[in-house]
Amino acid sequence: MSTAVMGTVARLGVRSVFGRRRGVLLFVLPLVLVGLAILVRAMVGQDVDLASGTLYGLGLAVLVPLVALIATTGVLAPEIDDGSIAYLLAKPVSRHAIVVAKLLVAVGCVLAFAAVPMLVAGLVLVTDEPGVGVAYAVGSLAGGAAYCALFALLSVMTRHAVVIGLIYLLVWEGLLGGLLDGVRWLSVTRWSAVIIEQVNDTIEISADLSPAYAVVATALAVVLGTWFTGWRLRGFNLTGDE
Amino acid sequence: MATIQLDHVSRWYKNVVAVNDVTMTIGPGVTGLLGPNGAGKSTLISLMSGFLAPSTGSVTLDGEPLWRNEEVYRRIGLVPEREALFEYLTGRQFVLANAELHGLPDAGAAAQTAIALIEMTDAQDRTISTYSKGMRQRIKMASSLVHDPSVLLLDEPFNGMDPRQRIHLMELLRRMGGEGRTVLFSSHILEEVEQVARQIEVVVAGRHAASGDFGAIRRLMTDRPNRFVLRTGDDRVLAAALLGDPSVRGARLRAEGGIEVEATDFGRFSEVLPRLARDHQVRLFEVTPTDESLESVFSYLVST
Repeated sequence: MSTAVMGTVARLGVRSVFGRRRGVLLFVLPLVLVGLAILVRAMVGQDVDLASGTLYGLGLAVLVPLVALIATTGVLAPEIDDGSIAYLLAKPVSRHAIVVAKLLVAVGCVLAFAAVPMLVAGLVLVTDEPGVGVAYAVGSLAGGAAYCALFALLSVMTRHAVVIGLIYLLVWEGLLGGLLDGVRWLSVTRWSAVIIEQVNDTIEISADLSPAYAVVATALAVVLGTWFTGWRLRGFNLTGDE
Repeated sequence: MATIQLDHVSRWYKNVVAVNDVTMTIGPGVTGLLGPNGAGKSTLISLMSGFLAPSTGSVTLDGEPLWRNEEVYRRIGLVPEREALFEYLTGRQFVLANAELHGLPDAGAAAQTAIALIEMTDAQDRTISTYSKGMRQRIKMASSLVHDPSVLLLDEPFNGMDPRQRIHLMELLRRMGGEGRTVLFSSHILEEVEQVARQIEVVVAGRHAASGDFGAIRRLMTDRPNRFVLRTGDDRVLAAALLGDPSVRGARLRAEGGIEVEATDFGRFSEVLPRLARDHQVRLFEVTPTDESLESVFSYLVST
């Protein structure tokens, strides 16, 4: 498929994300993170452990998945809900290419509204150690991409992608991830944490997974999530109002 | 020249059968898909446009399967029934995006041609959210015509259109059919269908109830036992006279006044009734058909 066609899909996707009220959250959430970073820095000063705790607890575990959820569902779910995706699908265009174009928009949002704010927050928290912010930005982008692919799959499988996505984040990544150690093997946030530790070894999050596993698992989530989303979209059922 | 072939197609959703063993061929020219609401018209159009897999049977376009075959959209233009569009785009942006998605070499020119064809040039720079129902239908039409398809599938395209827009769309469909395109549109209104379509396919409760040109379908629908209630000056005299005519199978005097008549030959009955009334000097106050609802017409077709 030509890049022009993918460009059109992406352009429509961008309009879809920012054309809705939910898109405002994409601007608000990073402001909260950076605002809190400024507050912590002003009150405590520079402290790598505290900086890492803030970036992990509020950034990696909350901001990144939420931005990925809002962006991905914003780019896919409304069109599926109201059936207007039929105009995209009634074209001689590979379904996987449509998914890739839409995911590029979602990952672009993760870059702009999660990874870059993480870098900024990191620099605010520990100005003397810019590597902390850089590591968190890299980890956020990797984890965010995996989340986007998973939420894309969720969007084509259910009409309640946002609710199920939130429940997944709260229950699996949040509650169970904190209670059961074995969850780390299947936790996007924990994979990202390992990647962050690898990028900057001064950071210790006790992710307790091998770096190779974390990288492969993240890559697999991106590839399989994208492929299955496209496969599912190939069999999209357009049902009338009857 | 493109032909859509449905061969013993059934489609069910869990326990509900939406389409039941339908075999039909849609060839060049305009075909009307007629049936009451809920008859399975939208399901059939989804099957024909590759947006639904048949549970059994096959749906093909010139021998190629439609399901999971993106390439068929080079030849198919689809106007879905749903009104949802990209509300935040202008009409022009929407049609242009469709042209770009088709990978047309000059998408801008193709979009302008399609917009002009459906007479939306003046409103093309307004956002779709400000469009009326009829304008939405037309911009949907433009988006489906932008790649000059040989097959055009339209689900209830006349819904929400005012009479002028309706006539314009009818002309457009006739012209498309005349050019040799395969045009299929669904409707639940016989008059609407017979004004445009040469060929009519009738579906009722998921079954293919009748097929033929509009004259044959019209005859099927009118040459059936018709029931009427007559209010007259002398019920007994006219009832006796009517029973003497072969176009009438039965006449019953109603307790509350009036005659209930069952006519077997509608054409003859409509000529005989006023003549008999005049000959017997009985005044006719009212002739009311009692089973003229579309559903009763359709259920008659299914039972024949």
